[in-house]
Amino acid sequence: MTDQTDVIYKTDALIAEDIDAYLEQHQHKTMLRFITCGSVDDGKSTLIGRLLYDSKMIFEDQLAALEADSKKVGTQGAEIDFALLVDGLAAEREQGITIDVAYRFFGTEKRKFIVADTPGHEQYTRNMVTGASTADLAVILIDARKGVLTQTRRHSYLAHLIGIRHIVLAVNKMDLVGYDQATFDAIVTDYAAFARSIGIESFVPMPISGFKGDNITGPSANTPWYTGPSLIQHLESVEVDTTIEQARPLRMPVQWVNRPNLDFRGFSGLIASGTVRPGDAVRVLPSGKTSTVTRIVTLEGDLEQAVAGQSVTLCFADEIDCSRGDVIAAADAPPEAADQFETTLVWMADDAMVPGRAYWLKLATQTVSATVQAPKYTVNVNTMEHLACKTLDLNAIGVAELITDRPIVFEAYADSRTLGGFILIDKITNATVAAGMLHFSLRRAQNVHWQALDVSRQAHAALKNQKPAVLWFTGLSGSGKSTIANLVEKKLHALGKHTFLLDGDNVRHGLNKDLGFTETDRIENIRRVGEVAKLMTDAGLIVLTAFISPFRAEREMVRSLLPDSEFIEVFVDTPLEEAERRDVKGLYKKARGGTLKNFTGIDSPYEAPENPEIRIDTLSEKPEDAAERIVERVIGAWMPTI
Amino acid sequence: MVDQTVLTHLQRLEAEAIHIMREVVAEAENPVMLYSVGKDSAVMLHLARKAFYPSPPPFPLLHVDTTWKFKAMYELRDRMARESGMELLVYHNPEAQERGINPFDHGALHTDMWKTEGLKQALDKWGFDAAFGGARRDEEKSRAKERIFSFRTASHGWDPKNQRPELWNLYNARKAKGESIRVFPISNWTELDIWQYIHLNDVPIVPLYFAEERPTVERDGMLLMVDDDRFPLKPGEEPVMRSIRFRTLGCYPLTGAVESSAKTLPDVIQETLLTTTSERQGRAIDKDAGGAGMEVKKQQGYF
Repeated sequence: MTDQTDVIYKTDALIAEDIDAYLEQHQHKTMLRFITCGSVDDGKSTLIGRLLYDSKMIFEDQLAALEADSKKVGTQGAEIDFALLVDGLAAEREQGITIDVAYRFFGTEKRKFIVADTPGHEQYTRNMVTGASTADLAVILIDARKGVLTQTRRHSYLAHLIGIRHIVLAVNKMDLVGYDQATFDAIVTDYAAFARSIGIESFVPMPISGFKGDNITGPSANTPWYTGPSLIQHLESVEVDTTIEQARPLRMPVQWVNRPNLDFRGFSGLIASGTVRPGDAVRVLPSGKTSTVTRIVTLEGDLEQAVAGQSVTLCFADEIDCSRGDVIAAADAPPEAADQFETTLVWMADDAMVPGRAYWLKLATQTVSATVQAPKYTVNVNTMEHLACKTLDLNAIGVAELITDRPIVFEAYADSRTLGGFILIDKITNATVAAGMLHFSLRRAQNVHWQALDVSRQAHAALKNQKPAVLWFTGLSGSGKSTIANLVEKKLHALGKHTFLLDGDNVRHGLNKDLGFTETDRIENIRRVGEVAKLMTDAGLIVLTAFISPFRAEREMVRSLLPDSEFIEVFVDTPLEEAERRDVKGLYKKARGGTLKNFTGIDSPYEAPENPEIRIDTLSEKPEDAAERIVERVIGAWMPTI
Repeated sequence: MVDQTVLTHLQRLEAEAIHIMREVVAEAENPVMLYSVGKDSAVMLHLARKAFYPSPPPFPLLHVDTTWKFKAMYELRDRMARESGMELLVYHNPEAQERGINPFDHGALHTDMWKTEGLKQALDKWGFDAAFGGARRDEEKSRAKERIFSFRTASHGWDPKNQRPELWNLYNARKAKGESIRVFPISNWTELDIWQYIHLNDVPIVPLYFAEERPTVERDGMLLMVDDDRFPLKPGEEPVMRSIRFRTLGCYPLTGAVESSAKTLPDVIQETLLTTTSERQGRAIDKDAGGAGMEVKKQQGYF
């Protein structure tokens, strides 16, 4: 073990002698982000602790705490347990394993480094993908005594999947195998065969000891047979992604329109790729309008040029439409827009993916509603096998088609992390449920165009002298939806209104007779009914629907199809005991008897509306009164405003 | 081919922080910037002015005050609000004020009531749904795992086991009514980055960061500055003039000074690099509840 004081208190001579020269040098440092991946015992935390320690990022008081902790809970006897330094949250200190992504910082004279430290446990695929998403490089740790393990393959696959260009194979704990070259070579040969098989084109292997410090900052006397770079030398010299991105055509997703007064209109964003100068011709996607850049505005004065990785504000020569979500691109090399894609998804939520359900999709600065089709297959991350599946659970990776409700500007993920990487957000809980990568758009979307019609929905409605709406009745089976909806329609009809009632049972005799009662089929049932209801409102009708529609997400999906105020959710609130007592169709009896599966309220959930426009308590309100109240509410809403 | 421009680490950190601030302004309904007048706040304010130039930053500054800050901090605060053209909101927890909570008599309760409770009350009072904070991941162990967008429940709680995964530079700012997000645009900066940025951009900071002869007393191994006559001297205690400066600024009775002769920024940076005591040591707050002090405070709603 090196003398600690020597390492920690040894200071850079330049700092003491000429601080200005030192600062000048450090102002030109670049930045590299990397991720370390290893199994629980591969010595990952020890390696990171070592990097911080060697670059003097451990302070005196932290060291004192570390020494005290090492004695108390450390696993290295009297020696300092570097792992304790990088384990953060109280919960994991007790368990002795890292459970999340932690970011660590250290620097050399050439570079600042940000390290994402992620756990090796299988259930934390999510965390590794998260840490890898911002990394330029991955350090894959292998225990020299154990060689290439299942976990090694998994980490390599994930690093490659997320598009990391530089891979370091760090064969660690070389001190425990006597710095034996044959052991190292055998592991490298083994790994090379695997790497090729999953498409990794190159990697840099190195024999190290995080604990002893071999080949970390400089060449180790213990491995004279190794002539490659030390870990730090390599980390200091690889090309970072933002530099590589400069060679690609200009792409800047617009974050915010800067408009302090009528004389200034600028478009703010982070340049994802390429370079931009005043005078450059640009195209705004998806509109396709072109203009010329006049200024690159910053607080310190206008710039002559800006490059990928910089946050800027651009001004144009023409007053063209451009807002958040648009992408400013090189006029002669614009990206495409599409609404159907093949994607790879990494599922990150405890609740499994629901095919057909609408999620929010955020890609760059675009947020749209998107539905995911049933996955084509899922990938076993240990064996790389493709397996058939119906859904994706937490930490599953799968390939699936995805449809957005309007075209989005994109590039293949292999070309652009910014325009090809996206997250899916649950519309009810707002949780980030998946990370995804777009591969290509599907042709059929490109060939089906929306037909603009001359007789508009306003014209249809005006002829009927009414405002179209959907009265969406939801509630348990036997709650009284159909009864009340029927009464409401009769009353509206009598008032001269043009209406149509879509009934759950009736629709299943025709339009939806191919659907069963699984969660997926129920979602598709509601999606179709929602689309039909929407077409009917386009025709100017007042549509009444009576469906159990148990899932909040699907009711919200239908709501999102319609203009504001045209979706009126009517919650027919009958407690389960009461509905079961009535049991008009004898279905509850069958469900309780086990002959009817997936029955709402019995073995399938009902998610009650949180803020319905109208709520009917059937225990205290008679159907006739409820119908009257709904009609009043609806007619009231139609009162023309002059 | 175009000449390659290699961005420096500070240019990339700046671009990242600006990107984060613009995302919040685009997606949150009512954002605010917490402003504590320290050097991290100074950098945050400077970044905000850059992000939205030529517009002033489209959110107010919020100072959750304890009435026990250094005089020099109040002076810079008021000046920076004027110069940036931003609204300055100052909040005092009325209960703490009424009960005369102070750092001499009440210890940890002082931080809890003025800062932790005060912050919650202030966010509720103005209904802010996103608050920028200047915390950095290099400051403390539990902060190394904090997300950039840190989600808080309606009661301002933080659950370290239930954070949203944060991929690429895509931030999920969606939330239910009443819930809020704390946003840390300078998460990836180190203390040295902050100093270098201040140096390169001439960012105004409180003069207390530079060494000067100041009246001090020594208590429990900490050098405290006697900033006004509210400082109760113990029998036999006599303020001594020492050349001191501060590495971090908080309430003056809780903030330890270091003896120093660093009068310029390069001197300060030199001293920072040569020193071996980490930044927060000057503050008493991390020492409560063993090593997990900060994590417990965060779960309770401390920033």
